[in-house]
Amino acid sequence: MKKIEAIIKPFKLDDVKEGLTNLGVHGLTVSEVKGFGRQRGHKEVYRGAEYQIDFVPKIKIEVVMPSSLVPDAIKIIQEQAHTGEIGDGKIFVLPLEEAVRIRTGESGDDAL
Amino acid sequence: MNSGDTAFVLLSAALVMLMTPGLSLFYGGMVRNKNVLGTIMQSFIIVGVITLEWVLCGYSLSFGTDHAGIIGGLNWIALNGVGIVPNPHYGPTIPALAFMIFQCMFAIITPALISGAFAERMKFSAFLVFTVSWAILVYNPLCHWVWGVGGWINGMGALDFAGGTVVHISSGVSALAAATVIGKRLGYGTTAYRPHNLPMTITGAALLWFGWFGFNAGSALACSSLAVSAFVATHIASAVAALSWVFLEWTHRGKPTTLGAASGAVAGLVAITPGSGFVSPMSAVLIGAVGGALCYEGVLLKTRLGYDDSLDVVGIHGLGGIWGAVSTGLFASREINAAGANGLFFGNPSQLGIQFVAVLVTIVYVFALSYVLLKIIDKLIGLRVAKEDEISGLDLSQHDETAYIF
Repeated sequence: MKKIEAIIKPFKLDDVKEGLTNLGVHGLTVSEVKGFGRQRGHKEVYRGAEYQIDFVPKIKIEVVMPSSLVPDAIKIIQEQAHTGEIGDGKIFVLPLEEAVRIRTGESGDDAL
Repeated sequence: MNSGDTAFVLLSAALVMLMTPGLSLFYGGMVRNKNVLGTIMQSFIIVGVITLEWVLCGYSLSFGTDHAGIIGGLNWIALNGVGIVPNPHYGPTIPALAFMIFQCMFAIITPALISGAFAERMKFSAFLVFTVSWAILVYNPLCHWVWGVGGWINGMGALDFAGGTVVHISSGVSALAAATVIGKRLGYGTTAYRPHNLPMTITGAALLWFGWFGFNAGSALACSSLAVSAFVATHIASAVAALSWVFLEWTHRGKPTTLGAASGAVAGLVAITPGSGFVSPMSAVLIGAVGGALCYEGVLLKTRLGYDDSLDVVGIHGLGGIWGAVSTGLFASREINAAGANGLFFGNPSQLGIQFVAVLVTIVYVFALSYVLLKIIDKLIGLRVAKEDEISGLDLSQHDETAYIF
C-alpha cells in the first residue's frame, strides 16, 4: 500500500476526482490548504496599505491505494491537474505501514 | 407640542441609535477575526454605559443652565424637570424628553468612534473607564460650548449644525491621542492586518449612511424645510465623496476598492455634518468631493507619520470634521438657513475665522484632556492588553468568546 499526497489547484479537484474514481480508487480525503512554491501570491490593498500575500489557496488530496495502482494514479493526477501555468502543484508518494477499516476491522488491501 | 416634529425627532433618534451598532459592524469587519467580538463589544456596550451617564448627569452638564459659558449646571440631574413640556431653546415644538433622547444618541456614538484608533489592543476595563471619564470631562463641556445656550463657542457664532466639532473633530483628535499613548499593534510594519469581513464593513457603512439622515436632518429638531435641506445635502455629500475617494484611489493605486467606496461615503457624511443645515445642494457636491479626496490622503498620512490609528478615525473623522467645519465657513448661506450665517463665498469672510477658532480650540482641549486621561488610566490600571492576549485576540482574552465556529 502507498499513500499519495497531491497538492493541486482548487478548480482541478473535480477532474482529478473523476480520473481517480475511473481508475478504481474507492475513496479519498481532501483538505483546503495554503502554500507556495514558485507561484508568487498576489497583492491586496486596504486604504492605501499594500500587503503582499505569499500564500496561495490549494487543495491537498490524500489517497491510499494498492501499490500496483500507484503509477497509473500518478499519471492520471498529473494529466487532470495540469494547466501548464506555474502553481500546478506536486505529487508525493509515501510508504504506508497499515490501513484498517473501522466498521469491519479489515486490514491491509482489504481495508481500501 | 407639534406631533409631526416630535414623530420626526423620535424617528431620527432611533436612526442615530442604529448608527452605533452600524459602527460596530463597520469597524468589526475591518479587524482580524480574533478581534471582531471585542471590537463590536466596544461600540455596543457604549450604548448602555453612555445612556446611563447621559440621563444621570451628561444631559444636564451639556445642556443645563450655563455657568460662565464653560459648563451646564446640575439642574437637570437624573432628568429632574425634563419632561413633556418643550424647552424653548432646545426644540421648541417637541417635548424636552425627546430632545434629550435625541442628543443621547450623539453622546453615545461619539466615544464609540474613538475605539477605531485603539482597535485590537485595548483592555475592556480600561476602555470603560476611559469612555465614561471622556464623556464627562470632554464631550459634555464641548457639547455645552458649541450647542448649549450660553456656551462660549456658540456665543462666538460658530456654526455646527449636527456635530462636526462636537462629534467628529473631538473623536478624531482623541483617536490621535489614543494611538499615541497606547502605541502600535504587535507586528506593526511586518504584519498584514487584513479586514476579515468586508461585507460586514459595507453593511455597517450602509447603516451609518441611513442613520445619518437622522443625525443631520433630525438636528433641525422639526419636520421642516430645513430638515429636508439637511437631508438632501447629507445624501449628496456622501454620494459624491464615495466617488471622489474611489476615483482618486483608482488613479493612484490602479484599482477601485469596496473599502474605499464605503470609506469615502463615510468621509462625505462626516464632512457635511457641521454644514448640513446651512449649505445648498450644489455646495454639498463640492464639500463631498473635497471631503472624499482629502480623507483619502489623510488616511495615507498615518503611515508617513508613523502612528497606528488602526481604523482611520483621525484621517476620516478628524480631518473630515475639520474640513467640514471650514467648509461651513465657506459655503454657509442665510438663504438656506436664516438662523445661520453667511460664509466666505456668500460675502462674509469673518465666519471662516470663527470656524477656525472653534476648530483650534476643540483640537487643543480635546487632545490635551484625552492625552492626560489616557496617561492617568494607564498608570492606574493599564490601557493595553497583555502581549499574549493581543496574540490570542480580544474575543478570547477579554470575553471568553469565539466569533466564528465552523
